[in-house]
Amino acid sequence: MNFFDWQFAREILPRLLDASLTTIGIALAGFAIAVVLGLFLAIGRRSRLRWLSWPITGLIEFIRSTPLLIQVYFLFYVFPNYGLNLSAMQAGIIGIALHYACYTAEVYRAGLDAVPRSQWEAVTALNMKPWTAYRDVILPQALRPVLPALGNYLISILKDTPVLSAITVVEIMQRAKNIGSESFRYLEPITMVGLFFLILSLGLAWCVRRLENRMELAR
Amino acid sequence: MNTPMQSTDTLNPTPQQPEQAQPLVRFAGVTKRYGELTVLDGLDLQIEEGEKVAIIGPSGSGKSTLLRVLMTLEGIDEGVIEVDGEPLTHMPDASGQLVPANARHLRRVRGKVGMVFQSFNLFPHMNALQNVMEAPVQVLGLSKREARERAEELLAMVGLEDKLEHFPAQLSGGQQQRVAIARALAMRPKVMLFDEVTSALDPELCGEVLNVIRRLGEAHNLTMLMVTHQMGFAREFADRVCFFHQGRIHEQGSPDELFNNPREERTREFLSAVNEAH
Repeated sequence: MNFFDWQFAREILPRLLDASLTTIGIALAGFAIAVVLGLFLAIGRRSRLRWLSWPITGLIEFIRSTPLLIQVYFLFYVFPNYGLNLSAMQAGIIGIALHYACYTAEVYRAGLDAVPRSQWEAVTALNMKPWTAYRDVILPQALRPVLPALGNYLISILKDTPVLSAITVVEIMQRAKNIGSESFRYLEPITMVGLFFLILSLGLAWCVRRLENRMELAR
Repeated sequence: MNTPMQSTDTLNPTPQQPEQAQPLVRFAGVTKRYGELTVLDGLDLQIEEGEKVAIIGPSGSGKSTLLRVLMTLEGIDEGVIEVDGEPLTHMPDASGQLVPANARHLRRVRGKVGMVFQSFNLFPHMNALQNVMEAPVQVLGLSKREARERAEELLAMVGLEDKLEHFPAQLSGGQQQRVAIARALAMRPKVMLFDEVTSALDPELCGEVLNVIRRLGEAHNLTMLMVTHQMGFAREFADRVCFFHQGRIHEQGSPDELFNNPREERTREFLSAVNEAH
């Protein structure tokens, strides 16, 4: 059993980098949707209209309480039986986005709850519409403290993309497994994938910290 | 205590003279409960246009709730509140019956009321200018330029023309409260509510805020309703003082009558307790 084969690593690097683009694409698209959708879920859950808040609460709890793997299986293998045909990539992005939207919704909820009630009284006294109030007054105050938590979910999403190999998405982990089964060498591809996630996660964490600092200075 | 501006207004006979008899704000049998606790108990109160009314009374007597229901921060359980002749929390349906107001009606009538809070409630992420400009742009639809002119004028009136770009955290309590007054005035309300606006301030900062309110009363025919613990200010500034007790107006009259010759035992007790504390 020899140690790390640098020659082999160099050979498989282009194939892994190619698949890494899929991983990054899924993570960014999934996060972008989750961040926006989660906000609407959070606002809907806080609504005083029960026909709105109850179904949303139910949806959030349901999705948070079942594994992502099962959800993407349903999207890709079960739903086509009922006429909903999604490509593996579409099913993967939707699955991740929906799953994490429910987590980010809870993050937003915490942020929204932390905005003092007196701010709502001020916007009422100024006769502002709820939409304007959220956009200009409440959200800017609610978002700043939850940025670190949102950043964590970006990193979680990135690290959860290998789940999608179960529905035939060829992201970086799936590519590494394929290389392994072709060459019977797993050490190099899996190590490289691990390093890829490590470097990218650290990079993202750094970006999030920079964003936090900028938001802080913007006061 | 008539001011020059006010007297020109009242001396000019206008065709609508009879309509001016209508009060600007009218509470009729207004009751507000929190569970078992009745905070407003069948309250009747009328406030004329341009009148300055001070509301005093022990804590828990419902005086802040009076302002809060008028600002629609709280709902009421019984009775009717009218602003400028229109019901506030109700509206007439097709057959003329009063039904709970929809959002549109509420917003239209509420636009005639402005409020200044004990804890200022400025928007912490906006500077003074932005705080004052926000609602005129978003609610009244003013252009940025118009709103800015209005905001600069008002901030100058409250003596903060050199603090336009300051954020609330960079201002003293008194300065923050003056921004809050400018912010409320920028909406051009017909009646302004002041809810213990100096209670959160250090004593040496109260004066600058009270001075602004005093000038406001002199320069505009603005109707003002203030809940206050500053008896000296109420005596000097108000046209009428209401003593609130157990969710009702226990006694009311001119400052002179109420402070010098209170008729009710409970009023006397309260006033002497306040005097001892000072």
